[in-house]
Formats: sequence, structure tokens, C-alpha cells
Amino acid sequence: MSAGLYVELEWLPKPPADFRKRCRELAAAADAGGTDVARLASFALTQDHLERLSETMTALRERGVGLAPLESFKLGIIGNATLDGLPSALIASAARHGIALECVKADFGQTLAEALAPDSAVNSARPDAVLLALDHRGLPLSSSVDEALAFVRALRDGFRTNGGALSIVSSLAAPPETAFGSFERQVPATPRARAAAFNATLAEDLRGSQDVLLDVAWLAETVGLATWHDPTQWNLAKFPFDQRLLPLFADYVARVIGALRGKSRKCLVLDLDNTLWGGVIGDDGLEGIVLSQGDATGEAFLEVQRTALVLRERGIVLAVSSKNDDAVARTAFAKHADMLLREEHIAVFQANWNDKATNIAAIARELSLGLDAMVFLDDNPVERNFVRESLPEVAVPELPDDPALYARTLAAAGYFESVAYSEEDRRRADLYADNARRAALQGAVGDLAGYLASLDMHITFRPFDAEGRARIAQLINKSNQFNLTTRRYTELEVAAFEADPSMLTMQVRLADRFGDNGMISVVIARPDGPERLEIDTWLMSCRVLGRCVEHMVLRELIHQARARGVRSLTGTYVPTAKNAMVSAHYEKLGFKLIENLDSGATRWELGTHVEIEAAPMTVDRGDASLLAV
Amino acid sequence: MPASEDDAIVPVDVIYPRLTEILQETFNDDTLVARPELTAADVDGWDSLSHLRLIMNVERAFKVRFTAKQISSLKNVGELAALIETRSGR
Repeated sequence: MSAGLYVELEWLPKPPADFRKRCRELAAAADAGGTDVARLASFALTQDHLERLSETMTALRERGVGLAPLESFKLGIIGNATLDGLPSALIASAARHGIALECVKADFGQTLAEALAPDSAVNSARPDAVLLALDHRGLPLSSSVDEALAFVRALRDGFRTNGGALSIVSSLAAPPETAFGSFERQVPATPRARAAAFNATLAEDLRGSQDVLLDVAWLAETVGLATWHDPTQWNLAKFPFDQRLLPLFADYVARVIGALRGKSRKCLVLDLDNTLWGGVIGDDGLEGIVLSQGDATGEAFLEVQRTALVLRERGIVLAVSSKNDDAVARTAFAKHADMLLREEHIAVFQANWNDKATNIAAIARELSLGLDAMVFLDDNPVERNFVRESLPEVAVPELPDDPALYARTLAAAGYFESVAYSEEDRRRADLYADNARRAALQGAVGDLAGYLASLDMHITFRPFDAEGRARIAQLINKSNQFNLTTRRYTELEVAAFEADPSMLTMQVRLADRFGDNGMISVVIARPDGPERLEIDTWLMSCRVLGRCVEHMVLRELIHQARARGVRSLTGTYVPTAKNAMVSAHYEKLGFKLIENLDSGATRWELGTHVEIEAAPMTVDRGDASLLAV
Repeated sequence: MPASEDDAIVPVDVIYPRLTEILQETFNDDTLVARPELTAADVDGWDSLSHLRLIMNVERAFKVRFTAKQISSLKNVGELAALIETRSGR
């Protein structure tokens, strides 16, 4: 069941329904290039998709279109089983890893002859590397492990000497069938014991050589040997593994090739709320975030932190991009007892209210890394997609609903593949001076307005009602950041507002193409004289910041106020330790300052004659008048 | 997956439209339409290896598994549809 993460490449977004059409269009496009190819490769492609993309790349090459910035790499492929689908799958998958791949495949079973003859198809192509895709059934493994290893050494020597190529050598996936059961591993002549011995010595052989390992044994164990080996497909066509796994296998090979060309990613940018810990620190407070041993959800987030720390140990630079108040966000790193990550582990720390694409660009600039070296981990699909669309070079893994799978998904994506590990790698993260510094933002990247319009947002306004009451009370009592007055009311008081016709109450929901965000804003206004409404409470979930929700709420407030004959709205900003982000809320919406109170609070007013420009979303007032505005 | 969905018999009027989509996707030809008498000889690129790819796509879409004998003895799309119907109905 959970093998689906791997089999379906679930860290990659689903391909668009018109994928084939996009391939055809790209093949014919006048201004096509490697960047467009890489973008099409960035989805979870099936074998059919991979074939189409590979055909597209061939068509572009035939037209003389260069595939830069993808880097050229020529790969020979030899094996002792059917590998017919592999070249096209590899060519398309390699584009996902920054490589414009060409393949030269030897005929079925031609292994030693290809390696030893200088004029063989593979050697005469002068490949950069040769993939030795070996299946346990085609090796002289049954006579002895040493013989099989000697055979592999001969192949490697042959391609190095006669083709000038390094070898990418697969380890062996043992069959799930045994003669002895658990005892099998202890019987030296059995397939299982021989595969294990072969793999162990192969790894020894390769260490310190120019050749690299493709650990197929590990891949097969990860998805399960019973999934990997398909007897029907072997009998029908000598496929060495279930061809449903071809996209996965091709991605694994492509990662290694990418790593050989230095395309592995170097920096992990982390979101904070609901990615590194459960909850929203600005609202829930230091004590309220979920991050503790013994709590299932807390353990899941600790595992994300542990994974980030392990990556840092091996030289991956860590950074933070979070929509948060800087001081509040840093408190968790400095003060929370369960945090594994500390500020000294973070090279650049961007906690602000700007969009994440702009922040990630600033991080990359600050670290002098390319955008194609960055990975961005965020639980919020709207943030993920905005970064993908604004900065397509940045890798942004899809994440499942369950935080327990975040760390595994990040690992499954293989962004940090390596073919060597040196002392220098170990120290690299330190070299980036992990002082959690802030990077200066430059011009905004990405078309935020266009992106908002593409979200198919649907906003719903309702007065308070019994169904919404519990959630309304919950929001009123826990929202700290986007909260103008931070007045707390009990559920009983909420019910009283609901029953009082003189009060204007509003519960706001927002849905978009990524799903329903549920209730995300609450407004309470009370009459202040016959023609004035005082906004007692206005709060919003930070999850929908930057989506123009507050503009639409004001637009609705004015609409309803006019219907009541109200001529002006007044509102108060009451500063707290946590709500600095809305200090300019009323000013930004066009309210005029009318009073500075001694407490530090400010009072604001806006006439209801003002027309507020509509944001790109449909509006539902529950009165059957669904307005497209 | 609820048992009721697994056990449901796939009606022929569902099989053919879905097969049309799969054929178009597998052989990259939007003009292909699944009909009982369609054979490999009628379709560009339908060889022994792409036949297996087609079968895998069918198996995935209809959540069925075929034996090697069934796969290699199929004569036309009509037989494939019949196989899907019976395998789904198990």
C-alpha cells in the first residue's frame, strides 16, 4: 500500500490531462528549449508519458533545437534481460534531473562482446558512462559469486579501456522465492545468499574506483521484492522487473547521472508552521505547537527535523522560509525544549509576510546558489504551487496529508543523490556560515495576481449560525496574529450575537482548486449610532494570507452595511505582542485615522460609499445569488 | 478500497469508452476508437512489446490481472473487453 509513494512517484505533481498535447505543441514550438522540456518532465509521468516526452526531445533535436540549459550526457546501456522501454524512459526522466540524455543500447544479451570490442555499438559511441543493468538470472552466479564478480570487473575494464566510459553498475535484487525459508541466507549456494554476497563485494569493488553503484537491491527492497519481480512479465518477455516500475527505475538512474554532472540539490528550504512543527506558532504560542516525544503528531514533525539535521550533517545547507513574525518564529528555535533544529543550523532565516517565491530567490542569492540547487518543503499546496509556477527550477515535493510521511516523501524524492562523499562535503553546511541571517528581498518574482486568478477561489459569507458556532468560538479564542482587537468570546456569547438582529456577523469560508480551507475569517460589527457600524472583531487565518480575502470581506461588509442604511464603518486596532502584522490593516484598506488612544490603539473610519475592487473569486452569500465578480 | 467496488461487474458500456482512452494514450493516436473487431494490425506501433504496455495499462485501469496465456492469445479488442468483463466479475 505505502509502496504507492514510490511506484507512483507521489512526490511529483500529477501530470496535466493534456500532457500529450503539450508534448506535441512543444515539439513544434518556435522558441522551445531545455527549460520547457524540464518543466514537462517535472510531473509524475507514466511510461506512456515518458515515451511522448522522449519523442518530443528527439523531434526538437532533429529540428536542431538545443536543449540547454540541460547538460548533455551519453549513456550506453547493456543488460541481460529485456530493456526495450528503458532508453526513452531514461531520456525523459533525465530531463527532470537537468540532463539532456542520449542512449546507446546494446542488443539483448550482448554484454561482454560490447565491452571488449573497441568498435562495438556502445564503445564506438564514446559514451560518458555505461549502465550495467544486471539481472541475477543472467549472471554466472549459479556457479560462483566470484565468477559473477570477475565478469562484472571484465565489463567495467572493457568499457573503461575501449570506450573511455565509467560504469554505473546495478546491484542484484534477490528473488522472493526461497527453498529453505529463513535458513536460506545461511546456505551459501542459494540465490538469496549469493545475491547478498555479490552485492557486498560489488560495493567494496566500486569504492574508490571511478565507477558508481546503482543500488537496485535497495530499490527493490523498498518497493518490495514481490512487487519488483513479476513472473508473468519475465515469462512473457524477459522483463527483469515489473515494468510498472519503469518510471521509478528510470528516475533512480537519472538521479545518479544528475549527481555525476553535479546536478544534485544543495539547499533545503523549510516552511515552519505545520511543516517543522504542528500548529501555527503565531496563534498557538510556543507552548501550543505540537512537537513532542510520545505524541504521534509531534513525533512526525520531529522526524522531519531529524531528516533535515542528517542532511545538514552530510553537507546540505538548511534555510527557512515562513510567513511569520521573525521574532515569534525564532522563539521556537531558541526556546522550545523539543526542537532539534536550532538557529545555528539554519544558514538563512526568512520569516516575513512576503510571498515565498521572492524569499526563496533571496535565499538562493544570499547563498550564491542557483535556483536549481534548491528544494522547498511546505505543507501548503497553494504555497507549493505558487513557488513551482514562479520558480520552476526549484524542486517542490508534493506532501501527503499525514505528516508522518513528510520525512519519507522528502527522502523518496532523491534530491540529494550523491556519487561520492568527502570531508569537504561534510563541512560544506558549516562553510555557509549558519548564522540564521536575513537575506534582503529584491523585486517580487512571479505573477501573484495571475496565480490568484488561476486558483478558482470561491468565498462564502454567512451570518453566524448554529452549525458554525463552535468553529467561530474556536477562531475567536485562538487567533492571535491576524486579529485586530483580540477580543475573546465564549460560545454562549457567540450564540447571543447570532440571535441579536442589530449585530452584523459574518463567518467566511474559502475553497480553491486545492480543496476547501474551511472557515478562515470571522467579523463581528455592532451599531454605533443609527448610521455607523463599529467593527468589534475582525480576524483571519494566516493560511490564506495574500489571497485578497480581507478585501473581499470589506467589500461584503460595505455591501451589507449599505443594505442597513449605514453610512460609515469604524474599526479599532488594538496592538498586542502578536498582531503587529495587522497594524496597518485599516490604512491599507483605505480607512482614515480618526483617533490615537492612550493605550496605543488606533481608531479608523471608512465611508460606505467607497467601491472596493473585486478580487478574482466567486462569491456565495447563501441567498442563491452566486455572483461571479 | 471497499469490497463492493472491487467486486462490481464492469459493464461493457463502461469498458469501451475507457479502452478508447487507454488505446489513445498507449499508441499516441487520438483517432483510435475501441471496437470489438479492432486488431493489432490496424494500429500503428502495436507490436509485441507495446501490447504488454497496453495490457499493463488495462490492468491498472480496471484493477485486474491477466495470465500470460490470456495476454498472448488475445485476437482483438472484443476479446480483451470480454476478458476485462469476466475478470472484473470475479
